[in-house]
Amino acid sequence: MLAEIGHFALILSLLVALAQSVLPMLGAIRGDAALMAFGRSAAGLQALLIGLSFACLMTLFGQADFSVALVANHSALSQPLPYRLAATWGNHEGSMLLWVLVLSIYGAGIARFGDNLRATLQARILSVQAMISVAFLAFALFTSNPFARLFPVPLDGAELNPLLQDPGLVFHPPLLYLGYVGFSVTFSFAVAALLEGRADPAWARWMRPWVLAAWVPLTCGITLGSFWAYYELGWGGWWFWDPVENASFMPWLIGTALLHSAIVTEKRGSLAGWTILLAILAFSLSLIGTFLVRSGILTSVHAFAVDPKRGVFILAMIIGATGTALTLFAAKAPMLRSGALFGSVSRESGLTFNNLLLMALTAVVFLGTFYPVIMEAVAPTNKISVGPPYYNLVFAPLAAPLLILVTIGPMLAWKRDDLGALARKLLLPVAIIAVVLAGLALWTGLAKLSAALGLALGAWLIMGAVLVLVRRWRGAGGFSWRLVRTTPAATIGLVLAHAGLGFTTAGIAAMSAFSAEKILVMRPGETAAAGPVSVTMTGAEEVEGANYRALRAHFSVRQNGSTHGLVSERRLYTVSGSQTTEAGIGVSVLGNQYVAIGDVQQDARGQGLVVRIYWHPLVGWIWFGGLLMAMGGAASLSDRRFRIGAPQVRTPLAPNLVPAE
Amino acid sequence: MKRLLFILPIIAFAGLAAFLGFGLTQDPKELPSQLIDRPLPEFALPGIEDGGGPGFASASFKGEPRLLNIWASWCAACPQEHPVLTQIAREGFPVYGIAWKDKPQDSREWLARYGNPYAAVAADQQGRTAIDLGVTGVPETFIVDKKGRVRFKQIGPISPEVWEGQIKPLMQQLRAEA
Repeated sequence: MLAEIGHFALILSLLVALAQSVLPMLGAIRGDAALMAFGRSAAGLQALLIGLSFACLMTLFGQADFSVALVANHSALSQPLPYRLAATWGNHEGSMLLWVLVLSIYGAGIARFGDNLRATLQARILSVQAMISVAFLAFALFTSNPFARLFPVPLDGAELNPLLQDPGLVFHPPLLYLGYVGFSVTFSFAVAALLEGRADPAWARWMRPWVLAAWVPLTCGITLGSFWAYYELGWGGWWFWDPVENASFMPWLIGTALLHSAIVTEKRGSLAGWTILLAILAFSLSLIGTFLVRSGILTSVHAFAVDPKRGVFILAMIIGATGTALTLFAAKAPMLRSGALFGSVSRESGLTFNNLLLMALTAVVFLGTFYPVIMEAVAPTNKISVGPPYYNLVFAPLAAPLLILVTIGPMLAWKRDDLGALARKLLLPVAIIAVVLAGLALWTGLAKLSAALGLALGAWLIMGAVLVLVRRWRGAGGFSWRLVRTTPAATIGLVLAHAGLGFTTAGIAAMSAFSAEKILVMRPGETAAAGPVSVTMTGAEEVEGANYRALRAHFSVRQNGSTHGLVSERRLYTVSGSQTTEAGIGVSVLGNQYVAIGDVQQDARGQGLVVRIYWHPLVGWIWFGGLLMAMGGAASLSDRRFRIGAPQVRTPLAPNLVPAE
Repeated sequence: MKRLLFILPIIAFAGLAAFLGFGLTQDPKELPSQLIDRPLPEFALPGIEDGGGPGFASASFKGEPRLLNIWASWCAACPQEHPVLTQIAREGFPVYGIAWKDKPQDSREWLARYGNPYAAVAADQQGRTAIDLGVTGVPETFIVDKKGRVRFKQIGPISPEVWEGQIKPLMQQLRAEA
């Protein structure tokens, strides 16, 4: 019964979305307030219906109702309840339902928090949003119905992929979806602006919180995903340039550009074309990310539901959404009023460079990801995939100038700055970093100069972030507590995010230059070393878990005179027969010790366990930095200028004419 | 000139969509095997009985076309393929099995439970032979001709459709070959 209620609610929501995709748009064209108001109610109703449908599916998983095919195929009685519930979105059909749920929640958000939006703009946004809804709801209902029944009813279900039985799964996909789907809102903003032929500072100010609302969870999701891969997949790496990782990274890069470009449009009315293009691209890349995972066009560890029919549907959606939006962009964007002009040395041009570099980085990732597909079309006999060497070679040289720019950008004045003033402001920071770099280079030696450069870049970014605060607090008339107290949340956000980028950069540099690894066969009592870490196997045993059997090995780990114990397991999940590795990780600020066991193997001295030992310096900084960036975004989102009404005047106010508070 | 700049994104996108559409028509699972039309790599494996017992060696793949099936007791798709293998054996085509990274005890229990369609079973406990064969997962099946050359590789379970439509005609053709 529940399955039918859920299915019915989903069908109803499709009907509501159909109406919402037409009527408010019509209302905006005719100036009919009632039709525009309908959009707001419809968006709320849609979210309620899809929420009901999702709750039904989750309950079915909770009750382990194996008469529903999806439940039978993706959960088993031996699974703990939280993972059975998480299995709701650990499969293709359920994750599509989560996708439309998030989409409808954002839609309801625009209706609820859009009080200060121009009514016609809001109506158009809601209509575009509903068009996306219609496409995805139709996709879910017609190609991947989560509520299909199964007969005969099996006694127990098939297990969820054990790799996915982890707290990481509970949060990783929903966070990514919040990000991907969040860019649907900015996409709708962009299309609505093109339809209205108006992209002014007010429009950008309305849009920016939505950019942040998508960017923050996406940042968290990518960070969490990287961390999850590190400790669960047992490969000891934190990023693999896997197609699906790239699929989440590309919208992030474009989203980051959009975030900055929207500031220019908001403050100066310029770069409106850029902002619109980036908003369209961010969502398009999110769609392409979905396409990648579900079409089977590229294979990866993440791939589920490989089905060409679904691929055709999603490709049609991408062509429909992106194609229409870009055509509209080609037709209407040249007519948009461009805002105030700016000099070649100014914050605007700094942010334009930022856009260009981020676009170039996205292109690099895009090419690497799709090169196999393109090559197959050109030379069908070649099966190739593009690996980390390509990315390391091309990505780093493009990322370095961007990272240098990140610290310089906030020092630039809006509109026009002169090189002399900039040079004076840069003198001290550059001198400090030069000394830091020289010291690092002496320590690392010439062979690892790239590591010294990377670490210095990290320091440059963190220092740049601190300098933003210093400049703000010192003000024109010297340091004052009033300036500290009144620091806008947006400035705090900038400082946190840029510093976070610095920590991530330093972590990546240290990891790529100084990580050490050793793979060998060990027996209890033996000792091996990787880098500064010395590991002794103290014992091994077989253990029984809730739904798995495991081989567990105990290690004693020594580094710099201190010793502690680590445990690693090799688990065999009995229902599905798949194996996973639980690594033993010793965490500290300076780096992680990582021990993982593999199969039993023979070597010259008899039977033993394959053991992989890693030393990962500063690896935690990579995720700490990601977390800081997300916190920066959240701080920026809380800035009060998004809550007070946006100025309705076209020309930006002079700084001393800020509306009374 | 400026207008052109705004048209650029849609042109680039049209090109991309064409490639993606083309990519959809391709099956990523169709990994070409390096072994096609080459002789089977050399191996000599013990059986799955206690103490090794007679298994089989690559040298024995001569004189008649055979199927060489890689499987394991822990493999999830193997029970699904099993009835098809039984059918193939019943139709008189010899199927040889290599139990990949499997304890002989487990292999024996599995065969006792489902039935044994194999003419002979060998154990590749270390997975070395599977590496020589380029096995990417289980189950996989190699079709070996009279001269001991690999002629076809099936990745994943053989479905009744694949057997009737592809592999059976190939086997009949290989039998007819000189």
